[in-house]
Amino acid sequence: MNGILVIAEHRRGALNPATLEAVAAAAALKQARPQPVAVAVIARNPDEFVARVNVAGVDEIVKVEVPTDGFQSDVYEAAVAALAAARRPELILFAHTVDTWGYAAAVAVSGGFGCATDVFAVRYEGDTLVATRAAYKEKLHMDVDFPGRQTVLLTLRGNVFKPVEEPGNAAVSALDAPAVAARTAHLGYVEPEQAGDVDITQAEYMLSIGRGVGDEDNIEQFKELADQLGFTLGCSRPVADNGWLPKSRQVGQSGKTVVNCKIYVAMGISGSVQHMAGMKHVPNIIAINKDAEASIFSIARYGVVGDMFEIAKELRNHC
Amino acid sequence: MKILVPVKQVAVLDEDFELRDDGLDADPDFIDYESNEWDDYSYEAALQIMEAHGGVEVVPMTVGPEEAEESLRRCLAKGGERAVRVWDDTLAGAGPAPVAKLIAAVARREGADMVFAGTLSADHSYAMTGICVAAELGWPHVAVVTRLEYEPGAGSATVHRELEAGLIERMTVECPAVLTIQLGINQPRYASLRGVKQAKEKPVDRLTPADLGVGGEDLATSASFRLRRMFKPARGQAELIEGTAAEQAARLATIIKELRGAA
Repeated sequence: MNGILVIAEHRRGALNPATLEAVAAAAALKQARPQPVAVAVIARNPDEFVARVNVAGVDEIVKVEVPTDGFQSDVYEAAVAALAAARRPELILFAHTVDTWGYAAAVAVSGGFGCATDVFAVRYEGDTLVATRAAYKEKLHMDVDFPGRQTVLLTLRGNVFKPVEEPGNAAVSALDAPAVAARTAHLGYVEPEQAGDVDITQAEYMLSIGRGVGDEDNIEQFKELADQLGFTLGCSRPVADNGWLPKSRQVGQSGKTVVNCKIYVAMGISGSVQHMAGMKHVPNIIAINKDAEASIFSIARYGVVGDMFEIAKELRNHC
Repeated sequence: MKILVPVKQVAVLDEDFELRDDGLDADPDFIDYESNEWDDYSYEAALQIMEAHGGVEVVPMTVGPEEAEESLRRCLAKGGERAVRVWDDTLAGAGPAPVAKLIAAVARREGADMVFAGTLSADHSYAMTGICVAAELGWPHVAVVTRLEYEPGAGSATVHRELEAGLIERMTVECPAVLTIQLGINQPRYASLRGVKQAKEKPVDRLTPADLGVGGEDLATSASFRLRRMFKPARGQAELIEGTAAEQAARLATIIKELRGAA
């Protein structure tokens, strides 16, 4: 077929909506340069997901039946390799997720494909495919291309491309994946720690603290400030990893997305991509950080370049 | 049994910086280097296995110029007896796939039984290198490991893989394996002053790609991508609140009150 192949992602029976963001990226490239777009569903029962990925712009849905319920790296690597061999796509698109961190690069090495991860823009310059991603903690962006590669594999950053939801009328086909030995075995899932006292995904007003808090003994004063303001206390990864606040308070990719938040005050949080994934949608972000170059200021509405302790102390006089 | 731990010195850009004239990178005058945070955790994971069992050797390695040896000394100050550094000048600017080729070559040369890599590096965050190493070696692999149970010599390890939104997958992986280690898996130790001093005397094997039997052509063709340019992105910028801390706080209090009224 050549063209573009999107690999659908799913877990526990639910399609990852990022799959439809990847379709959006594919559809935009198809506009620029007419070519077929296929979505591959690798699953024990691919039919479960066919209707969900049958959206506008998709020409073909390829079902690949595999013996594992969820993601397994050996099985998925073999399935994508088989798809690539059968269809010879010029471009394979994945969502940039924990699952693809675990196998996309291996597919590229084994197949001799070009590869770039965490891509947030992709276009043609003439016949050349150019992808854009970040460098130096987002302070710079880089454009990359893939000379000499028949097939290029990209993982796409989430919440960049607007997911395609309009129904489509794709043809449905099936492809046999070779049987391979799975060298990892799924034992079970450990559910996220339930919040003892609070569900931060429901909070409208949040005060989150990050690495800048420095020490466990410093947590209390921010708890008190949050209480005084009537805000819910959250945190970024280092605070939870240190056990200073429970994991249930962590905002970000591996923590919670604060879907209902209206005002988010970030103190001592520099703003990693992973943290911002959980809060960048909040309409009113107020950032307080010592480092004027911290990424958080690029998404905040208001910013204070200063010491989080001093500001917190002064703020308590106004509550 | 031997655990190889590839570490990286990551680049940190100064607050104000300029691009190089060729537009392909930041001007090196504005770049500092530090150890990659993830590698503290992967090295700690290896040291803990070494200390809990006899007969385990932990070898830190890096692909980098002479200055990158600092990262190796930092590891050796915490434990381990020797390190490996791979470099020649053609490697400047090498991306994750060629670097992984060299790490895999060192794993073969060392007869490593496990490779623990960081999940990603703080500068460019490709999150590719460890998994590329696994593909080069043909080994099983698990990315984003937040818990590890492994008895040296055992045919498999039991791990937690950190998924999105706080969900964890418990799984086993056949060994030898490449694991990419996530922040928070342990509490990395600090080096003692004595350790820092001793680390200065510990040997570092300095190898070139040619020493490892990896040709320049192999490295060049393994590159996953070619860099066309780097550029400063148009960034959003918060409205900055100036003044003394007291003035800033007063203004913030007003803003919060107003936003809340409107929300």
